[in-house]
Amino acid sequence: MNETVIQVRDFRKTYGETVAVDGISFTVQRGEIFGLLGPNGAGKTSTLECLEGLRRADGGVLDILGVDPTRQARKLRNLIGVQLQTSGLPANMQVNEAIRFFCAYHGVAPRYDLVDRLGLKEKGRCQYGQLSTGQQRRLALALAVAHKPPVVLLDEPTAGLDVESRAELHALVQELKATGTSIILATHDMAEAEKMSDRVAILLRGKIAAMGTPREITATGASFTKVSVRTEKSVLHQNGASIPGVSRHLLDEDYAVYFSAAPGPTVTAVLQYIGTHGDTLIDLRVERPSLEERFLEITTEVLK
Amino acid sequence: MTAFLQHFTFEFKTGLRNTTLLFMNYLFPLGFYVIMGLVMTQVNPIFTDTLLPAMVIFVILSSTILGLPSPLVEAREAGIYRSFKINGVPAISIIAIPVLTTAFHALIAATIVALTAVPLFGGVAPVRWLPVAGIAVLAALTCSATGALIGVVSANNRVTTLLAQLIFLPSMLIGGIMMPLSILPKSVRTFAGLLPTAHAMQALEGLAYGKFNTVFDPTLSALILLTSGLLAFGMAIYLFNWDSRNQTRRGHPLMALVVLIPYLVGMLL
Repeated sequence: MNETVIQVRDFRKTYGETVAVDGISFTVQRGEIFGLLGPNGAGKTSTLECLEGLRRADGGVLDILGVDPTRQARKLRNLIGVQLQTSGLPANMQVNEAIRFFCAYHGVAPRYDLVDRLGLKEKGRCQYGQLSTGQQRRLALALAVAHKPPVVLLDEPTAGLDVESRAELHALVQELKATGTSIILATHDMAEAEKMSDRVAILLRGKIAAMGTPREITATGASFTKVSVRTEKSVLHQNGASIPGVSRHLLDEDYAVYFSAAPGPTVTAVLQYIGTHGDTLIDLRVERPSLEERFLEITTEVLK
Repeated sequence: MTAFLQHFTFEFKTGLRNTTLLFMNYLFPLGFYVIMGLVMTQVNPIFTDTLLPAMVIFVILSSTILGLPSPLVEAREAGIYRSFKINGVPAISIIAIPVLTTAFHALIAATIVALTAVPLFGGVAPVRWLPVAGIAVLAALTCSATGALIGVVSANNRVTTLLAQLIFLPSMLIGGIMMPLSILPKSVRTFAGLLPTAHAMQALEGLAYGKFNTVFDPTLSALILLTSGLLAFGMAIYLFNWDSRNQTRRGHPLMALVVLIPYLVGMLL
C-alpha cells in the first residue's frame, strides 16, 4: 500500500459566496479504503463530485492515477467506478439491460456475475423503477465496479440497505480492496467507516478536522473506555464501590458501569474488589470509545 | 458501435414501454388520424386532398414536439445524465439517440398513415411516393431535433409544455395541417413561414403531389427544414446540461433561437 493512487492537495470548492471545501489535502494508496466522514454540508459530496469530474474544482490539485478529473474526463471514465449518492437510471431500464448498456460504454463484456453476486439474479428482467431502494443501490454498485476500475468512489453506499445487503456489500468492498482497488467511502455511518476503512478523514465545515486510522483517531480523544461488570451478588451495587482511576460510574440494571482512562488498572481493581467481598464474576465487558463518540466529540469541539 | 446499438435499442424500447411516450408516439396521433379520417372527410370533403400529407406531418409532430422534450427534462432532473456521464456516455449520444429513435417511431406511425389513408378514408394518393418518404424522414429528424432542443433549454416541464405548445398549436392551426396554406390570409401565411410543418406540407405538396401553385418554393422549404434541423441538433448538443444541480452552461438558452434563422431567411427570399 505505498503507491499513491489519489492525490488531493489544497482542494477548494465554492458555490457563489459559500465555501464548501476549504483547502483540504489527503492521499489514498493502492488497495486502501479511505473513509470520508462528516455531517451534512461538510463537503464530502463536493469533494467526491470534483474527483468524479462532475464538478470543477475552484483551486488546488486533484489527481487520480495521473489524470486530472476536470480536464481529462474521457481518460478518467475507465479509471473510476462511482456509486453516486443521488443518481438514477431510467425507470424502465431492466437490470440486465443496465449491465449491458454501461458495460458496452466501458468497452467490457456484460458482468452478469455481479448481478448474481449482489442478489439480483431473479430481478434481471425487472425494470429499475420496480426495484426496492436496496436493490437499486446494489445495482448501482454493480454498475460502478463492472469494468473493474482501479479506483472506486462510493457515496453513502449502504443507505437504505437491510442488514444482509449491507453485509454483502461490505464483503464485496473488501474483495475489491484485496484485488488492489482503492476506495473512497463517504458515509454517515460511523460503525461502517470504523469497520471498513484503513484510514478516515473527518470533514467539518469544508476542512479536515481529523485524519488517521480509526484507532488513531479514537485514541486521541478524551473519551473513556467503558467497563461493564455483572456479579452474582451485585456487591458493586450494594456497597457503592470505589474503584481507582474511574472518572464516573453508573448502574445499568444488573451491571455496574465504569468509565476509565486507564482500563487495565480499573479491571484489576474491580476483580480484586469482587474477590475480597466474596462475590463471583458473571460477565465483564470492556468497550473502547467508538469512532462515533470521537466524531461527536470533534464535531462539538469544532462547532464551538 | 456496440454501445451505440445498446443505447439505440434501449431508447427505442423506451418509446414503447413508457406509457406517456407510447401515447404520444402512437395512440394519440393515430387515434386523432382515425377521427379526422372518419369525421373531417365527411364534414369537409376537400380535406381528403390533404389527408395523407397532413396526417403524416401530424403524427411526426406529436411524437417529436410533444413527446420527446419532457423525458429529456425528467432524466436530467432525476440525475440520470449524471449516471450516464460518470459511465462515459457522451453528450452527443444522449441527444442523438433519442432524436433518432423518436424519429423512427414517428416514421412508423407515418407509414401506417401513408398506407391506410387512401384505402380507408379515400385520401388522395401522391403522384410520387419517394418524395413523401424523403420529406417525412426530413421532417421527422428536424422536428425531433427541435424537440430535443426544447428539452435541453427548458428549466422544467412547465417550460417544456409551454415551448412545445408554442410550436404545436400554430402548426395545427396555420401550418397547413387542418387547412391548406393557400386559403389563409397573406399576413398569416407570412407568419406560417416560421413553422416547420408549413414547410414540410409545402414540400410534400410541391414535390410529392406535383402542385405548381404552392405558397412557398417546395425545394426551398425542404432546404429550410434541413438547415433548421441541423442547427437545432447542433444547438441541442452545445447547450446540453448534464445536471440540474449544476447550472454551468456553455451558452444562454436564448441561443436556441438561431434555429429560426433559416425560416427568417426563407421569408425574405
